Amino acid sequence: MVGYALKRLLGAIPTLAVIVVVTFLLVRLAPGGPFDEEQPLPPEIRANLEAAYGLDQPLTVQLARYVRGLLRGDFGPSFKFKDFSVTELIATGLPVSLTLGSVAMLLAVLLGVPLGVVSALRHNRPTDHLVMGLAVLGIAVPVFVVAPLAALVFGIYLDWLPVAGWTPGEWRDIVLPATTLGLPVIAYVARLTRGSMLESLRSPFVRAACARGVPRTRRIWLHALPAALAPVVSYLGPAAAAVLTGSLVVETIFGLPGLGRYLVQGALNRDYTLVMGMVIVYAAMMILLNLLVDIAYAWLDPRVRPGTRH
Amino acid sequence: MRAAAQRGLWSDALRRLLANRAAATSLLGLALLAGIAIVGPGLSPYAPDQLDWSMMGSPPDWASRHWLGTDRLGRDLYVRTLHGARVSLAIALLATLVSLLIGVTWGAIAGYAGGRIDEVMMRFVDVLYALPNIFFVIILTVVFERSPMLLFLAIGAVGWLTMARVVRGQALSLRHREFVEAAVSCGAGPGRVVFRHLVPNLLGPVVVYATLMIPQMILIESFLSFLGIGIQEPLASLGNLISDGAAEMESAPWILAVPATCLVLIVFCFNFLGDGLRDALDPREY
Repeated sequence: MVGYALKRLLGAIPTLAVIVVVTFLLVRLAPGGPFDEEQPLPPEIRANLEAAYGLDQPLTVQLARYVRGLLRGDFGPSFKFKDFSVTELIATGLPVSLTLGSVAMLLAVLLGVPLGVVSALRHNRPTDHLVMGLAVLGIAVPVFVVAPLAALVFGIYLDWLPVAGWTPGEWRDIVLPATTLGLPVIAYVARLTRGSMLESLRSPFVRAACARGVPRTRRIWLHALPAALAPVVSYLGPAAAAVLTGSLVVETIFGLPGLGRYLVQGALNRDYTLVMGMVIVYAAMMILLNLLVDIAYAWLDPRVRPGTRH
Repeated sequence: MRAAAQRGLWSDALRRLLANRAAATSLLGLALLAGIAIVGPGLSPYAPDQLDWSMMGSPPDWASRHWLGTDRLGRDLYVRTLHGARVSLAIALLATLVSLLIGVTWGAIAGYAGGRIDEVMMRFVDVLYALPNIFFVIILTVVFERSPMLLFLAIGAVGWLTMARVVRGQALSLRHREFVEAAVSCGAGPGRVVFRHLVPNLLGPVVVYATLMIPQMILIESFLSFLGIGIQEPLASLGNLISDGAAEMESAPWILAVPATCLVLIVFCFNFLGDGLRDALDPREY
């Protein structure tokens, strides 16, 4: 198991390396530069600026320097947030984004799975139709429509929760953003759980448990559900991708000082180093999450584990 | 012979598709929406960027012929939403086309070639898969100037990965079939085999997947325009209209409601249509 995890971790390094190089080349081969202002700079000043940021060096030297910096955890200076390095911006944004993302994922599992189970137990009855109807809605209505609506209803009309802002340790700030971010994932998890629960409830081992007189609650939650969870676990990777993407919008709408908002601002300002740094951090997070999902999957289902015969 | 068999397959599929109520309704709805988006703006007396100083931020009002109200600057919302729908649909269709071209070519070559070439080509796809494609689009929009032209190219250029996987799987399963061998034994080169024999035979899944791709492309475009990285004012797209509406929703909720409803309807219809097509074209595989 540990060997498998280590092997997968080593396998992730080339992937990240390719993403770093591709991102770097894309950004550097682009026409125009970070110092293209509306008022063109005098050539001497421009040359000095480029020398200060190392932009006058050949591309390979720049790449080598950037990678060396990355290995030391140095993402370079931000071109537009002049007083901050990209590393500092990441350090302030990462905890916010991680909290938001993990709460959203947690909600997705803690709400999505029970909803799916209830739906499967009430197969083709009104509860099932209601839950699945809501799920279709949750999947089809994009986050950037849900988020403003949620802010309007719960933040302004009902005045239950703050509409924007972030104070560390204040749980009320995170309820609205995390719920809107998690909504499509909750919906999808509910649908997946329902589908595989329906199958698992009909399978022989559940009927055998029934015949042995295992009580209903125990049968459902301890026999049928664990067997039905495999598709949900393998969906967690794509779910993390959806949450990361959605967090760009959610952080912007709710004014959370996370990575997503920096990335969007960086993109609007064409702040190359900031965008590159953020994308690399996102890629690293994605790769790590997929790795964790795969390991969890191998742990749950021994057939996937390498080295076991079946 | 071949033409007759193909017509049979496609007309069968069409019959199954129309028998599916949700899919048929969606198809009709989309045709209707497209028709309104094309003809509709002409029925209103207003132009999309025309400011009506007397009716700024007005709710839907029939007397002044602002059927769905106006935004803060007095621009007619009905006309702007339809223009936005046009832009969003056009960008989504073109981006899908770009993805289709890249994905089908990439996947068919990888699948037909097999072996090391296949491994290298698909490994590249795996690597790009590691990051949600919106991030690549954002890099591309940072790198190049922002214009509708480049936006659809950028979205299309990153959206082909799943298509390549679908096509490659199909090509792998088809490449040892008799008709491919027949073509090869008749002296057809690899290029001809791939594009004249292989590709036409894997169009079923491609059509299904392309239909499911269009709503995703619309969402990506709206997502970027919402964040201000996509389509820019004064040009309207559903994304930047929703963004405008979100800023005003407290005092003028219709500015958000009109484009948001339009977007959700389009996405819904395409999803149901895609599901219906999937059932109609390939009842056993999915």
